[in-house]
Amino acid sequence: MLGKDLLGLYDTSAEDIMLILDTAVGMKKLLTQNLKKLPHLQGRTVTTLFYENSTRTRCSFELAAKYLGAGTVNISASSSSVQKGETLIDTGKTLDAMKNDVIVIRHPMGGAPHLLAKNVKASVVNGGDGMNEHPTQALLDFYTMREKFGSFKGLKVAILGDIKHSRVAKSNLFGLTKLGAEVSMYSPATLMPQGIDRLGAKIARSREEALAGANVVMGLRIQLERMHGGLFPSLSEYAKYYGVSEEHLRYADKDCIVMHPGPVNRGVEFTTGVIDGENSEINEQVLNGVAVRMALLFLLCKNRQGESENA
Amino acid sequence: MEERILMDAAAIGRTLVRLSHEAVEKNKGTEGLCLLGIRRRGEIVAQRIAALIEKNYGVKPPCAGIDIGLYRDDLVSGYFVPEARANSFGFSVDGKKIVLCDDVLHTGRTVRAAIEAIFDQGRPASVRLLVLVDRGGRQMPVSADLVGKNIPTSSDERINVRLAEIEGEDSLGISRLR
Repeated sequence: MLGKDLLGLYDTSAEDIMLILDTAVGMKKLLTQNLKKLPHLQGRTVTTLFYENSTRTRCSFELAAKYLGAGTVNISASSSSVQKGETLIDTGKTLDAMKNDVIVIRHPMGGAPHLLAKNVKASVVNGGDGMNEHPTQALLDFYTMREKFGSFKGLKVAILGDIKHSRVAKSNLFGLTKLGAEVSMYSPATLMPQGIDRLGAKIARSREEALAGANVVMGLRIQLERMHGGLFPSLSEYAKYYGVSEEHLRYADKDCIVMHPGPVNRGVEFTTGVIDGENSEINEQVLNGVAVRMALLFLLCKNRQGESENA
Repeated sequence: MEERILMDAAAIGRTLVRLSHEAVEKNKGTEGLCLLGIRRRGEIVAQRIAALIEKNYGVKPPCAGIDIGLYRDDLVSGYFVPEARANSFGFSVDGKKIVLCDDVLHTGRTVRAAIEAIFDQGRPASVRLLVLVDRGGRQMPVSADLVGKNIPTSSDERINVRLAEIEGEDSLGISRLR
């Protein structure tokens, strides 16, 4: 069960996904009572190594580690030796030499966590790599879905937005297809990656088709920072033809939940009425994110038990 | 697994009455006296004792349940996520004379955890331990101040406490595992 690292859901079994979700249930029970003091990671160090900006992922990992008793260290590429030209592998080996137990890495290049994992003894967690994967975001999405619907079998998940640049979309797709859910995707053709249907996604031809009967409506942020011009005319045009308003939500199942990994561009992917509406689980997702990351760190460090005596 | 009954409802009732008097006597009155019962059966014992003190002394001491889930000593060695409830007693323990209540005292590990839980809430003047049964088998330097009944047991024996609030009747029996 669950190896040294968590690099992506493409290589994670449905059993391991369910193990993480099941473990997170106990964590959330404690969190909702404001009980934030478990001893399992005492004496361990969790480092967040972020080559890209982040608020919630980084904070979520850091709090999850602290709630389990670990020490935490933050490294931002902008204020580290990366600026002096140190390679990723050398940075990793430095962190290893300082006896880090877990490295959470976010990097603009897909595959960077995999490269790091091969070169360090520490457990590596992918906190988002380029346009590839963001497994812990998908895991917290799954947690949120299972909490509402109980199971994934036949669950209809509509993903709308910038699919091409979204690592969240890919991790969700890889995991959800393994768990038995149906994923439909809709975006401007320029933001739909070629061949994604061969990975199990149903590409919808219209907003209405994507939303029809959906149990989960997931919006993804339009990632302007990754676009180098010309993918669509303007944000307002995107909002008009691809955004989801309360009226569009009527095509979805009446008990559907609205999700978004954040940060949200209000009035672009979703209207404010959808974001703050009664179907919205966007804030609950953030709490679930801490519980899921606690569960993941808990399980990864369980595998590391006893190694300190051998080292 | 044949069970031998050691205490019936009347015997448990008499024992609790005696323990309630001893709790007051040991603390030289009801002034500052508070009861904390270790969930779940200890909480019931504490509530019964509190009611008896009120009946006989006219003052109902503050009484609350205490959850030790987060304070167990096997969380890391056993590596599991505990079921736990947040402790909020509804009164301050600072400077109070605490009587910690449980149904059975065995290894003493639960009591050690409960003491840690109490001190996370404040600094009481004293903590005394009240148990319905002391079955021996201590693994910690813990002893009870107020004991309902001493029942020396071996490790393959089981003490079964039944309380009206949970099982619908008061009785206490011993059975042998295997």
